[in-house]
Amino acid sequence: MNRFTMQRRIAIALLLALSVGGVLILLDGHNPFEAYKVLFLESFLNCWGFSNTLVKASPMLLAGLAVIIPMRAGVFNIGGEGQIYIGGLFGAVFALAIPDLPGLFGVPLIFVAAAAGGAFWAAIPAYLKAYRGTNEVIVTLLMNFIAIHIVSYAVAGPLLAEGAPYPYSEEVSEAYRLPILMPRSDTHVGFVFGLAMTVILYFWLRFTPSGFQLDLVGRNARAAAYAGVDQKKTVIRAMLIGGSLAGMAGAIEVIGLKYRLFHLFSDGYGYDGIIVAFLAALNPIVAPLTALFLAGLSAGAGTMQRAVGVDSSVIEVVEGLVVVLVAAALVTPRTRSTSVLKHLAKNLRLRRQPQRQKKEA
Amino acid sequence: MIDLVLLGDVLAGTARLGTPIAFAALGGVIAERGGLYNIGLEGQILAGALGAAAGSFATGSAMIGLGCGIICGLLSGLLLGYMSIRLRINQLVGGIALNLLLAGLTAFLSRQIFGAQAGGARVNGFSQIDIPYLSDLPVVGPSLFAQDPLFYLLIGLAIAAWFWLMKSHKGLDLRAVGENPKAADLAGVPVFRMQYLAIAVSGALAALAGAHLVLSQVYVFAEGMSAGKGFIALAAIILGRWSPIGAICAALFFGFCDAVQFKLQFTSPEIPYQLFLILPYLASLIALVVLGAKASAPASVGLPYDREHR
Repeated sequence: MNRFTMQRRIAIALLLALSVGGVLILLDGHNPFEAYKVLFLESFLNCWGFSNTLVKASPMLLAGLAVIIPMRAGVFNIGGEGQIYIGGLFGAVFALAIPDLPGLFGVPLIFVAAAAGGAFWAAIPAYLKAYRGTNEVIVTLLMNFIAIHIVSYAVAGPLLAEGAPYPYSEEVSEAYRLPILMPRSDTHVGFVFGLAMTVILYFWLRFTPSGFQLDLVGRNARAAAYAGVDQKKTVIRAMLIGGSLAGMAGAIEVIGLKYRLFHLFSDGYGYDGIIVAFLAALNPIVAPLTALFLAGLSAGAGTMQRAVGVDSSVIEVVEGLVVVLVAAALVTPRTRSTSVLKHLAKNLRLRRQPQRQKKEA
Repeated sequence: MIDLVLLGDVLAGTARLGTPIAFAALGGVIAERGGLYNIGLEGQILAGALGAAAGSFATGSAMIGLGCGIICGLLSGLLLGYMSIRLRINQLVGGIALNLLLAGLTAFLSRQIFGAQAGGARVNGFSQIDIPYLSDLPVVGPSLFAQDPLFYLLIGLAIAAWFWLMKSHKGLDLRAVGENPKAADLAGVPVFRMQYLAIAVSGALAALAGAHLVLSQVYVFAEGMSAGKGFIALAAIILGRWSPIGAICAALFFGFCDAVQFKLQFTSPEIPYQLFLILPYLASLIALVVLGAKASAPASVGLPYDREHR
């Protein structure tokens, strides 16, 4: 499949998903064009709306990278959610325990603490995968629940703020809060940080031997072993990087947006990360775009509901369909009948180059 | 001396909280034994719940509601099957997408169906059936033998599923598909048909979990009422070692821990109730590490089967 067919297929998939959403909006008794106009204008072109999109996109981007890096080594990290929680916990504990460093030292150290927390939480499934052959999908899934309940215990017990009506910790000191990009909004520098990570990881994967080893192990573990690549070490390295990225997403939520550690503070960002990663076809440089797209859809859904009156659940349907259809579009069919789209594409080509097609057939 | 009333309460809570998880976990076991992850359990529970609520709302009959719920579950299972078997989309991504899709769709449709009454549209459900004599037993009687029909259905289905999977030819075929689809294919087992069957049944069982929530517990459909039960069921499958009976016992253990933590929150707030929430997951993890997963997890689970690929 060349790049052009792939892009065309993705475009068709997106249009199809939006059309189904449009039909639902119509059923709900509203004008789909108006609803989508509001949605996209508000979440991408309006200054305040775009700030909401950016705030949502920052943890999604890092969570997406946390899936991409291990997946390139053939490891499925669905534990992003748990790693976000433990990262947030470590970051918050550090920020609350040592409250009076200057921000210039404090904030990077909080990120280091959060990354260490996330990496620690990813190290367990990584070790089990590399040395015991335990399925990482199962382990990371279980550890998500454990992490969520640990944070829930921490904010209801040892970290509980004085006189708090429901479980949350004390506020982190002002020096530790992430700088705001746009005055009087919530837009912190989290997304910029995510972009920096994206670029670093892109170059690492592309131009360094250790980055190349990752792909080698992911694509053909046996060939990697013959080439002398330590498979176990590569798997563990990939998971540790993934875990620290997700951990830093947790820190961003705590010191960038909420300034406290809350019970259930991540709204499923770890799972959103899986979608971000897949829509980006595991290419880190595309991840910021897919994160912005998903974040824009969910940020715009609320606005659309308030402005036009369309139920915001329609957007969830669209998001689900986008994933299904894009995933279907990215499948490389081995048999002719596998995909309707491929079939269509083939017929179109048939008309253009009749002779070559006949020979192939 | 253990407080008998408290014990009875906790047992009743175990059955109530564990039943939906058990249905979903049973569905997950069938799918995974056929080599397919069903991460979409969560969404399928919602589909079953909406179907059950809508059917019962429209006709006033809980049985018809149950039927509608099961049909919704079958359809959502087949959709996931199409993605995993035919399109060979990564099964985890397909499942997560299905969850998103169904969460949105059920929320949207519930507003269309129940209209302004959303959240308040009570539907007819099942009432509890007291099993004669047994329900008069102290402690266990009122909690285990005075349940709704779906609880008894669960017990029946668990035994049937165990017998089918472990003792019948078809069940052996399905397990062969989950272990080594290529070998099963060469032996003449219709691999894809068995997988579609497994994923459809899996969806229907998850839908029963949703039907139980609506028809036996709260008698109304609420958005997102599955509240993570589909994911808990995935953990119960692991603790239950991929066996139908094991998964149900594990699901009831999850229900038990949940019931205990509910009680603890009220009776003894000084004990951190989260301990009991973590306990079943920790038990699953330890079981994985100590007993190893390789011995019991189906060898080919999650790997799409491609006939033309060596």
